[in-house]
Amino acid sequence: MSNILAEDTLVWHLACSEADIPENGGACALIEGEQIAIYNFKRRGEWFATQNLCPHRQQMALSRGMIGSAGEEQEPKVACPFHKKTFSLKSGACLSGDDYQIQTYPVKVENGMVYIGI
Amino acid sequence: MKKKIVVVGNGMVGYKFCEKLITKDTAQEFDLVVFGEEIRPAYDRVHLSAYFAGKTVEDLTMAPASWYAENGITLHLSDPIVDIDRDAKTVRSHHGLVEMYDYLVLATGSAAFVPPIPGVEKDGVFVYRTIEDLDMMQNHAKKAKKGAVIGGGLLGLEAAKALLDLGLEETHVIEFAPRLMPRQVDDAGSKMLQSKLEELGLKIHLNRNTQEIRGNGAISSMLFADGLELEVDMLVISAGIKPRDEVARIAGLEVGVRGGVIVNDYLQTSDPNIYAIGECALAHHMIYGLVAPGYEMADVVVNQLVKDKEKSFKPFDMSTKLKLIGVDVASFGDAFIQEPNCQTIVYENSAKGIYKRINVSNDGKYLLGGILIGDAEQYNMLLQNVKNQTILPPDPEDLMLGARGGKEESGAGVMALPDDALICSCEAISKGQICGEVLAGNNTLDAIKKCTKAGTGCGGCVPMVKDLINETMKSQGVYIRNIICEHFDYTRQELFDLVKIKGYKTYEEALDGLGHGDGCETCKPAVASILASLWNEMILVKGNDTIQDSNDRYLANIQKNGTYSVVPRIPGGEITPDKLIVIGQVALKYGLYTKITGGQRIDLFGAHVSDLPAIWEELVNAGFESGHAYGKALRTVKSCVGSTWCRFGLHDSVSFAIEIEERYRGLRAPHKFKSAVSGCTRECAEAQSKDFGIIATEKGWNLYVCGNGGVKPQHALLLASDIDSETCIKYIDRFLMFYIKTAEPLTRTATWLNKLEGGMDYLKAVVIDDVLGLNKQFEDEMNMLVEAYRCEWKEVVTNPELRKRFTHFVNAPHVKDPNVKFEPMRDQIKAAEWVK
Repeated sequence: MSNILAEDTLVWHLACSEADIPENGGACALIEGEQIAIYNFKRRGEWFATQNLCPHRQQMALSRGMIGSAGEEQEPKVACPFHKKTFSLKSGACLSGDDYQIQTYPVKVENGMVYIGI
Repeated sequence: MKKKIVVVGNGMVGYKFCEKLITKDTAQEFDLVVFGEEIRPAYDRVHLSAYFAGKTVEDLTMAPASWYAENGITLHLSDPIVDIDRDAKTVRSHHGLVEMYDYLVLATGSAAFVPPIPGVEKDGVFVYRTIEDLDMMQNHAKKAKKGAVIGGGLLGLEAAKALLDLGLEETHVIEFAPRLMPRQVDDAGSKMLQSKLEELGLKIHLNRNTQEIRGNGAISSMLFADGLELEVDMLVISAGIKPRDEVARIAGLEVGVRGGVIVNDYLQTSDPNIYAIGECALAHHMIYGLVAPGYEMADVVVNQLVKDKEKSFKPFDMSTKLKLIGVDVASFGDAFIQEPNCQTIVYENSAKGIYKRINVSNDGKYLLGGILIGDAEQYNMLLQNVKNQTILPPDPEDLMLGARGGKEESGAGVMALPDDALICSCEAISKGQICGEVLAGNNTLDAIKKCTKAGTGCGGCVPMVKDLINETMKSQGVYIRNIICEHFDYTRQELFDLVKIKGYKTYEEALDGLGHGDGCETCKPAVASILASLWNEMILVKGNDTIQDSNDRYLANIQKNGTYSVVPRIPGGEITPDKLIVIGQVALKYGLYTKITGGQRIDLFGAHVSDLPAIWEELVNAGFESGHAYGKALRTVKSCVGSTWCRFGLHDSVSFAIEIEERYRGLRAPHKFKSAVSGCTRECAEAQSKDFGIIATEKGWNLYVCGNGGVKPQHALLLASDIDSETCIKYIDRFLMFYIKTAEPLTRTATWLNKLEGGMDYLKAVVIDDVLGLNKQFEDEMNMLVEAYRCEWKEVVTNPELRKRFTHFVNAPHVKDPNVKFEPMRDQIKAAEWVK
């Protein structure tokens, strides 16, 4: 896997091609031993990435969850397929009333390829 | 020049004083300084036992330290006030801080009363008052087996609940009086409560006086006055409270003989600049040991200070309703008044553990008070009757038993209350205020909680607040529609019709045309179900894959550890030996756990997502197809063996079950649905527990509909009898289409029927008599869906684009999720236990 150094201290890792992630959904990539869920929020023209692990029952499942938005602020979110705990794709905060926090990552798409900043 | 208020004590009432002052001190006349003894800001002591049931300190905290800072309140924690100089108007704290005051508010609360029993100082003896007490109890409980609580009152039983939650093998309750909860409950009620609590595992000792706590350093037993000895290694003393009036005594304020700072109707102590509120105050010669009167006291003092409408503290209603270890206990009004001063009506049902008593005035007009054990559903209404002096109906027992026989709409009773009826006594909110807010647009429970604070204290009034919201909305002619979610302002039925009329085939089209925003995990599967019910297209194409609920998206059922289970269709439960062998081979090859399901099929567990297409391929090649165990769709049509083999069988139930299963396979509906066919009235296929069930008769078939097992089992009801196979299928077509079109999301047929106006009579009128004139359409639509059926597994197996989606890692398709763990069990595997 090729690593591309970026500004700041972020290291951009090539994750997959744009077509690998379903539109308005997610998929999981293995990057440096980490499971990272990548979401192509086509409807908003935005990409997001989070840890794949749902902190509730410690299951590697967030990439298989449905995405959407909540509230007047239209906070982008993902719902874990196991028990529908929802998390903000922007801040990683749990939106369904628990104290969980998940890791989010910056994403960039260049020439049809998806990169994750770690 | 601002005036300064110093609050001594930061418990629930002290906090409530701050909250109310901040809200009402709009002119910002006051500076507020708070001294608290405990290390953390005020927390909810009423629900302390929830701490052992999993609530955290944060959950219990009334407001975090940051709240005080944001509102300009100076908060000193771990620093109790030790002296008051009334001439200089200063207080001095334990750490030596000296603070000036214009007004002083004592909210020091109470401490546990510990009777002077020899041995109370031993290890393993606790009081139950603060988070620290709880932490120490939790620690000690790890090595304790037998626990006891001294005190069978409200707090004692709460403490006993805590010991049960801590997992002690035995929990004893020791009460000095001849009954439990002597202040709230009469003898008969106490007996009922006792037997309910004993059923739950408590051991209760009445009339027992503890004389000595024995043990070498740590407690090992208790000795009673009657000579009996009880071995215990943990003891909680919860024999009552004593007001914290030490600092008031030092300052020379008047205190009661048995403790408590004496206050007048305005809650002023013998020094008019010093107030006392909550459990440290002795008002009307009594200590009010509940939170609601404490809050009311805070309100009275705040009103005086900010010179809002002046009010005094009136004798407070001490009615209470609580759940003690799961048992409802309520006592209201004058609970103990006896004949001949009143008429008493008692209802007792020892099988159900219910005791109810109401005391009615001798002229039969007014309710005076009463006691409820085991079922306190009518508490709120009864209490309102007492408070508002409502004229009683001719049969006042209806009030405590609920109207029997006739049908009555629930919740209608609340509208009969006067506008000034107090609904939330913790926050002193009246019916008029709540209804006013509902009319002003605050028509959800959350909105009412936010704008009035009603229901945020003990929470007991919440059901009544909900009824008030609904009834007020109804009275305004507002038709309460169950809309799908924030993205679609339509009910499912409306959305179904609109999607059909517009001819939408994808979620994006529906969202663009009928909704707004980006969608969510509620509307996506709801629309997916509608699209599938309308067009029966492959659910994973046209971008509809990512709107499917997880199981539908992967055409398999997700299990603990993230692997999936695979259920091939075995129509009617009939399978050839060759096919059985294939299932065995596939399970062996992919390392799957196999189990026979409740629906006469075989479930294969533990499949990695990337193995799914290969597993299906082998199954499909052997003649299997998807069983739709993952979908809100037809699951299985169970059958008994029927007339082909059985000596009692009337018809060939297996053939009919297969015919029906193959007709409705893959049909998507608002929820899953199940069926069965029995070959005779012995009903071996259990058809009457299914969404639709068929039982053979001498003359044909009986068709039953809308049964289900699950959380609330319900038998199916007879729709038609002695019909032939063709009519049977026609009726099922119509029934299913009617259900699919009109049910709310995730509603089984039984619940749908329960909500259907007119119930079974109406359903018969639609399905059999065609009152809607839609049956021809229902049948045509069903035929179209049946024609459109294709096996979803086969489509994935033969479509490389779809197949590609079945990987765990998009960038490493052949790597399996390393987090998936199995453990061996009885020669097979099981999913590794997950974090709880």
